[in-house]
Parts: sequence; C-alpha cells; structure tokens
Amino acid sequence: MYLWKTDVVIIGGGSVGCAIARELSRFQLKSVLVEKNEDVCALTGKANSAIIHTGFDAPVGSLEAKLVVAARRMYDQLAQELDFPYQVVGALLVAVTKEQWQLLPELQRKALRNGVFDVHLLGRERVLAIEPELSDQVYGGLAIPRESIVSPYEMAIAMAENAIANGVKFFLGTRVTGIETTGGTVQAVSTTRGKIKTSWVINAAGMYCDEVAQMVGECDFTITPRRGEFFIMDKEAPYKLRHIILPVPTRISKGILISPTVSGNLLVGPTAEDIEDKSDTRVTVAGLAQVMTGAQKLLPALSSAHTITQYAGLRPVRHPEGYTVEASRQNRGYIGISGVRSTGVTSAPAVAAYVRDLAEEVGLKLIPRSNFNPLRRQLKPFASMTYQERAAAIKVDPHWGHVVCRCEHVTEAEVLRAIHSPLGARSLDAIKRRTRAGMGRCQGGFCGVRIPFILARELGIPVEAVTKKGPGSEILVGPIRGEMMR
Amino acid sequence: MPEKKCDVVVIGSGPAGLAAAIAAKERGAEDVLIIERGEELGGILIQCIHTGFGLEIFQEDLTGPEYAQRFIDRVEGLGVETMLGTMVLDITPARRLYAIQWGRLLEIEARAIVLAMGCRERSRGALAIPGTRPAGIYTAGTAQRFIEIEGYMPGERFAILGSGDIGMIMARRLVFEGARVERMVEVLPYVGGLVRNYVQCLVDYDIPLQLQHTVIDVKGRDRVEAVVSAQVDDNFQPIPGSEETIPCDTLLLSVGLIPENELSKKAGVELDPLTGGPYVDETMQTNVPGIFAAGNVVHVYDLADWVTEAGYLAGRHAGEYAIHQRRGSERKLRVIAGDNVHHVLPHVLDPLSLERGPQELQLRVQWPVEAPVWVNVEANGKLVKRKTERYVRPSEMIRIKLPPEDHGKIVGAKELSVRVEEKS
Ligand SMILES: Cc1cc2nc3c(=O)[nH]c(=O)nc-3n(C[C@H](O)[C@H](O)[C@H](O)COP(=O)(O)OP(=O)(O)OC[C@H]3O[C@@H](n4cnc5c(N)ncnc54)[C@H](O)[C@@H]3O)c2cc1C
Ligand SMILES: Cc1cc2nc3c(=O)[nH]c(=O)nc-3n(C[C@H](O)[C@H](O)[C@H](O)COP(=O)(O)OP(=O)(O)OC[C@H]3O[C@@H](n4cnc5c(N)ncnc54)[C@H](O)[C@@H]3O)c2cc1C
Repeated sequence: MYLWKTDVVIIGGGSVGCAIARELSRFQLKSVLVEKNEDVCALTGKANSAIIHTGFDAPVGSLEAKLVVAARRMYDQLAQELDFPYQVVGALLVAVTKEQWQLLPELQRKALRNGVFDVHLLGRERVLAIEPELSDQVYGGLAIPRESIVSPYEMAIAMAENAIANGVKFFLGTRVTGIETTGGTVQAVSTTRGKIKTSWVINAAGMYCDEVAQMVGECDFTITPRRGEFFIMDKEAPYKLRHIILPVPTRISKGILISPTVSGNLLVGPTAEDIEDKSDTRVTVAGLAQVMTGAQKLLPALSSAHTITQYAGLRPVRHPEGYTVEASRQNRGYIGISGVRSTGVTSAPAVAAYVRDLAEEVGLKLIPRSNFNPLRRQLKPFASMTYQERAAAIKVDPHWGHVVCRCEHVTEAEVLRAIHSPLGARSLDAIKRRTRAGMGRCQGGFCGVRIPFILARELGIPVEAVTKKGPGSEILVGPIRGEMMR
Repeated sequence: MPEKKCDVVVIGSGPAGLAAAIAAKERGAEDVLIIERGEELGGILIQCIHTGFGLEIFQEDLTGPEYAQRFIDRVEGLGVETMLGTMVLDITPARRLYAIQWGRLLEIEARAIVLAMGCRERSRGALAIPGTRPAGIYTAGTAQRFIEIEGYMPGERFAILGSGDIGMIMARRLVFEGARVERMVEVLPYVGGLVRNYVQCLVDYDIPLQLQHTVIDVKGRDRVEAVVSAQVDDNFQPIPGSEETIPCDTLLLSVGLIPENELSKKAGVELDPLTGGPYVDETMQTNVPGIFAAGNVVHVYDLADWVTEAGYLAGRHAGEYAIHQRRGSERKLRVIAGDNVHHVLPHVLDPLSLERGPQELQLRVQWPVEAPVWVNVEANGKLVKRKTERYVRPSEMIRIKLPPEDHGKIVGAKELSVRVEEKS
C-alpha cells in the first residue's frame, strides 16, 4: 500500500526544495515535497545573512557563479509575483586598512568577470558621506548597488504556498528513510509515514544531502557543517545603516558583515567555524564575541547592549567543494543537489530552473499547465496598514482588533490566517516566521503566553500538545495541581 | 474626527493607572477614561496571587488581586469609564490617541493623559545567553501568567537565572506545585530582589542560591535538557573550571524589568537612559505638556504601594491640567544623582512646589552598603536635608521628603544633588 502516488518527490523543504516545488508546479505533473520538520525552511533557510547576492565575488566560472548571477536577475519579478519582503538596498564593501584598500581593484575585476558590471570604487569621503556612522578608519570601498535583502523564510513560505496553490502536495513532519530502485530506475520513496510511489526523486536535503544520496548508493562526497553565529539588534539601537556593509574578504572567510533586515533591524555576523554535529546550532560566548569585535571595526558604535536575539546557522560544506547538480546515470530518475553552501537563498530559483532543464534532458516530460497561477498574495500586516485600512479591516473581521504581539503589533486575524493558510502553521516558531509575532523586543514574553492557546483552540488539540518547533518541544507540561494558593 | 473627547485618559489599569484615574476624578476632572489592553482591570497585580501588598497603604497583608480590587471598587464608585481589551497604538503630542479593540478602531482626544503602561521583563535575547534555542526558556513573569492565569505548568524541573522578586516568588510557587527548583544563580554578589522575598521564598524552602554565578550554556535541541552555570570574576567573566551542569527542563529568567515606553516615544516623550522611563517633574509631567506618567513606566518600583502613590500624584496633576489646560511653572531645578545614586526622581523640581506641601525624592543606589549611611540632599554644595538608613540596597527604593520649610534653602539654587555616603 502506498501513502501517495506521484511523479516527482522533492526531498527537503529548504529554500532550494521550495523553489523546485514551485518551478515544477508550472507543468502537468504530480509533485510531492517531503520535509522532516514541522514547517518548511526550519533549518538553514531561516538562519543566514538574508542577502540576495549579485555573485560579484563568486568563484569565477563556477556553477555557483552562473546560478547566483542568473538568480539575481529573477528577483524583481519573483518578489512581485510572490509578494515577499525584498529590498534592493545595495552593499558597500569597506576597507579599513591600507592593505585592504589595495585589494579592492582586484575584487572589482572579479566582479566584472562574473558579469556584475555596476561595481565601482569609492573613496573614503564618499563612503563616509553614504554611511556616516562607519569607522573613521575607512580607506574607501566598493559599491555593489544590486546586493539586496530578503526575508528568507517568507520567501520560502511564499514559494511553497504558491506551489501548493498550483497542486503540489507537501508532507511536513515526514522524514525520508529510503529510496527504492529496481533495475536502475527509481520506484518509490520510504518515509516515516509510509511509502510514496514515484519515478523521480530530487534530493534537496541540504546538510543531509549526503545521507539521502547514500540511500541510492551514490555518494562520492561528504557534507560537514560550518557554523555561523549572528546578532539581531533592536530597531531602536542608536545607529542606523541603509546599506549592507561587507568587510574585505580574506582567503579563509567572507568575514563579519552588518546588514539591515527587511523588518528594520540590523543583522550582524556570521562566524565561520567547522564543527561536527549537523544539528549543533547553538550560539557560543566565543562566537558572539568574535562577531562583535569584527563588526565594531566597521561600525564602532555597535554594542551587544542593543541586541534582542542571537542565532546560528550551519553551512553545508561539501568535500570536495562546489555546487553540484547531477542526474544519476546508475539510477534513472534520481537528481542530486549538493554543495549549495553559502548562497543558496539567492540561487534557489536558478537552481530550480537548472534542475528543471536537467530533468527534461534526462527524460522528464514537461508540458506547461495552462492554469498555472504565478501569483501569491501576502496578507498586508496590520503593523504596516494606515489607520483607514485598519478601521476597514476591523469592520470586516473583528479579529483585526485584537493585538496578540505587542512589540510587532500582530493581530489575532494574522495568526488565524497563518494557521489556516494552505501551508498552515503548526508551531509557535512557524507562526513567528509568518507573522513576526515573537520577533520583537520582548521576544515572545507577551505573545508566547497567548498564541499557544489560539493554536490549541484552532487545531482542536490540548494546549500541552502545542510545540515551539515540532514534537519534543512542547511548551507546557500540564495543568497545575493548584492545591496551595497562598 | 475624534469619536470621543475626554478630560483625562489613563493608559493601563495597574496600581498606577487605577490610582491616577481616582485622583483625577477626585480633583474634579469629569470624563476620566481608563484604557486597558487586558480583559480585566488590575494590571500585573492580577497574576500576583501571593501576599505582600498593601502593607504601607492599608497596613494589611493583601494578595495582588485583593489589593487591586480595593481600587477597582473606587474607580467604579466614582464613575470612571473603562475600556477593556483595548490597546492604545499611538499617541500624538497634541494628545490624540488611537486605540483598537475587538471590532473597532478608536480615535480619542484627551485634555490630559497619564501613561501607566507598566514594564516588561528582560528576555534571554537581551542578555545574549549562549546555547541552543529549545522550548523551555521563559521569563519568570511568563511562567507566572501560565500558572496563575492559565493554570498550566511550564515545566517540572527548573533552574532560575537572576534573583529578582518575581523569580524568587515563582521559585516558591513552583515548589508548591510539586516542581523541583534545582538552583537560582545570580551574577551579582548580592540578591536582586527584596530581602523579605529572599528569606520567605528561598531560605524557607531550601532553594539553593549561588551569587556571582551565571548561565554560560543552554543544552537541549527541542526542550531544555540542562544549563551550565559558572562562577564569575569581578568583571563578570566566567571563571574556567567552575562550570557545573544543572539538569533541568526549564530555565526561568528574572533578570530585570524595563519600563514599557514604545508608546511614550511616539508622543515625543523624552526618556532617561538610566531609568528607561520619561523625564518627569515633581507633578509627574513629562516634557510633553499634558502628558503625565506614573508607576513602572517611569522607573521600576519595589512595592506596589509606592506605585499607587505615584499614580495619585500624577492623576491629581493630570486632573488639574485638564481643568486649567496649562503647564505649571517653568522654574525648574534639576535634581542630580551624586555618589552611589543610580538615579533619582523627579528629574526636575519647581522650588515653589514646596510651598504647596512636602516633595518626595525617590532614588535607588548603585551598590549595596550593609552599614548605616547618610542620604544627603544638597543645594549648591550645601546640605538641605539628610536622612539615615540602616543599610541601602539597589533592590530597595529610598524615599526622602523635603518639607515646606526647606523652601528657603533651595530657592536660588541651580540644582539639587543627592548622594549616599557611609556614616563614619
Ligand atoms: C551563516 C550562513 C549565512 C548565509 N548567508 C546567506 C546569504 O546571505 N545569502 C544566501 O543566498 N545564502 C546564504 N546562506 C546559505 C543559505 O542559507 C543556504 O544555502 C540555503 O538555506 C540552503 O538551502 P537548502 O534548501 O539547500 O537547505 P536547507 O535549508 O538545509 O533545507 C534542507 C531541508 O531538507 C530537510 N531534510 C533533510 N533530510 C531529510 C530527510 N531525510 N527527509 C525529509 N527532509 C529532509 C531538512 O529538514 C531541511 O529542511 C548562508 C548560510 C549560512 C549558514
Ligand atoms: C511579571 C511581573 C510580575 C510582578 N510581580 C510583582 C509582585 O509579585 N509583587 C510586587 O510587589 N510587584 C510585582 N511586580 C512589580 C509590579 O509591576 C508593580 O508593583 C506594579 O504592578 C506596577 O504597576 P503599574 O501600574 O505601573 O503597571 P502594571 O501593573 O504592569 O500595569 C500596566 C497595565 O498597562 C496595560 N497596558 C500597557 N500598554 C498598554 C497599551 N498600549 N494599551 C492599553 N493598555 C496597556 C497593561 O496591560 C497593564 O495592565 C511585577 C512586575 C511584573 C512585570
């Protein structure tokens, strides 16, 4: 007995998997996405620098350079179709020593070779005129006008919702445990919830793509995690930046950057530390200290006194290195993606297009669907409505009049929508990613006691079963005994 | 067009807001409105079901809800209007308020406003506590709400970081509920909250407290499995080798309160970085004419009774302002925090106000002195008033009254300064 029958199974609901799901939903095909977490984009896809790169500093001639540069051109349209937060703010790559300053022309040449033509050199005065709060040690910089910022999880959710609207089936909280092949052809995918019959499998499992590749016995590489730690600063921190501030990269690392986020905070990081455990996303004293000292060289006023939260993400480092997207020769129907390390948010739509072309080349029939709807609309957040819009919204649905997150002014109407959308939120973190409830200054002190009860009510489950991020992360243990009140 | 005009609008219905509404009404303001985003009047008192309230004002030992009820009864008796489930989103300097409630957006014009929004708790994020990000990390007030209002336990085995009052009270409460409280750790060399709470909540229930310790790691992927504590040196740096793993499923944080002033800022109210609250004069008026503030929104109080008094003061003057629509005198003497004074309120004082009655200064020290001290108030370097305290601790607010007869000593002075010195 099969749990489901389909044409294509996509393993992994990160940025890349969601982009592939949406891409394939353009065609007359049945596709399924299987994700082991309770939500899409719950791993690396939510914990990164949130920059849409131009590819100016990508390894020249590599598949990564090709895909990042190609993807960059897709974003204006993509953000419009899918309605996710995305802003072309531009980056300044800033030299604070003479040695760094001398490296800039070389970086500019590299940008040109990558096809990023609008990168230009700026002198000290120009840099400081553009961002006056930068260190007065500045020698000069490179302007990279098309570097942009995005909400990576809202983008993945948008792609996933659009894929669902166009017929893709998502299995969340479901882990792929094996891939069945007979006679060199993919037959089915085993999961923790049952078997899915399919002739095509696309491995977009990110950090775990080596383990999935082993399921078809085809793994000539390994993946190790490289952790990056970050600070998020309070919106009211007494310094502002309008551009992404990049340090001059060294041979070892791209260094610590400072970037505005689409919601008006500053993001600072990441470190680059090779570790062993593929799930070890903790932040450390040493890592955070390194971020602060590194970033203060660019923005001296920066202080950890203004942070509201910290997080870490893991880059999947491939050995040997490099983006790899391949259709298997031994197992017809298997396509593996690996080595998407530090630019996967950006490249995801181009990787998806590349996978599409590759699949077609090796035999997947792609007939466009006439009723494909490329549009997906986000609910306008209460916080960004005018008073007229607010009054009108409340009239239609009174839930708009009930604020559940005091910091970000998220209303119950938005929480309900997150729960009852096609890719319904099932955990506190999933609601946070869709609505921003809990992302503000008090970090869930207020909404964290309210939203679990809304989730329980709406899902018809006991509140003890409500989780922060899937089974095992329950928020409450049970009713009080209530014997002793005084 | 505003749908509603009021003499005084009070935002928040904790002890500060309730008292302010009562005083404004009693002063003669006609339309007094309390706006409260919760579903009940009483503010944070509703979830403080332990006793210890009212000792100063009523000479009785009441629970939080009992204490609040006394004022709620008066609010109702006086005909103060209340709007529950209503959140103020915006205030303009011209005292126009925008608020929402179930099914409605409101625009209100006020002749005077009292800010009484209370405070919020510092979060894990603000402290940058290292480690994983599992479920099971809550502020003590969040846990208090889960238990007292919702009736649910957030965990079974607890570690508590910080020794604030809410943390200590919750430690005892958790024991009552059958949970285990493994340890409380405090980074400072002394307890953060009141000694009374230390004795009644920790000592009496054998809850171990480690001073000069902090949490340097949180373990557990989905739910907290343990925290790692370590001793710190005088610069608050963890001392290598002192690490200890404390198995637990929940970490509670009781690491400080911050006045809630997002709204105040929108009205153009200037904030003191030391207190996190508005700059106020002796009438509790902020820099914006007609906007007053009281309670934890101004600075964090140790006792709700003093919050009530501050509410009376602000409410009385807000009522006055609503009737006369003018700011009091512009003669303002600055009040400066001197040696071992963290901050002192009010920030400015009209010397003539002493003619109307005694004026109280409220201060907190920077570090504890466990020996008799002088609290000195000086004008231009000359002593105006002094008071003895048997000891001083940052957790306890110090109050010192300037009587009317001191008026002569401060007229003509440029500033008052307050300092605390050990008696020798
Ligand atoms: C510190 C840091 C900074 C970065 N900054 C940027 C940036 O600024 N811009 C940029 O473009 N990129 C950036 N990146 C890179 C980017 O985050 C990643 O390339 C991208 O998120 C990878 O997406 P993915 O879909 O390949 O992998 P993932 O997001 O890891 O998704 C893989 C998914 O597969 C699921 N999965 C795995 N195994 C199974 C299984 N057996 N069954 C079911 N599901 C499974 C996982 O649960 C996961 O959800 C950064 C990365 C890091 C760590
Ligand atoms: C979690 C917590 C627990 C505490 N426990 C104790 C204790 O056990 N014992 C003790 O002596 N002290 C305790 N305190 C200190 C206590 O806050 C004060 O003693 C006192 O309650 C402060 O009174 P207040 O009126 O200033 O503020 P609060 O009592 O906090 O009241 C503020 C009110 O304003 C409302 N409000 C805020 N913003 C808006 C808005 N925009 N629109 C509408 N309404 C709004 C809030 O909902 C709240 O009801 C505690 C404080 C906290 C934060």
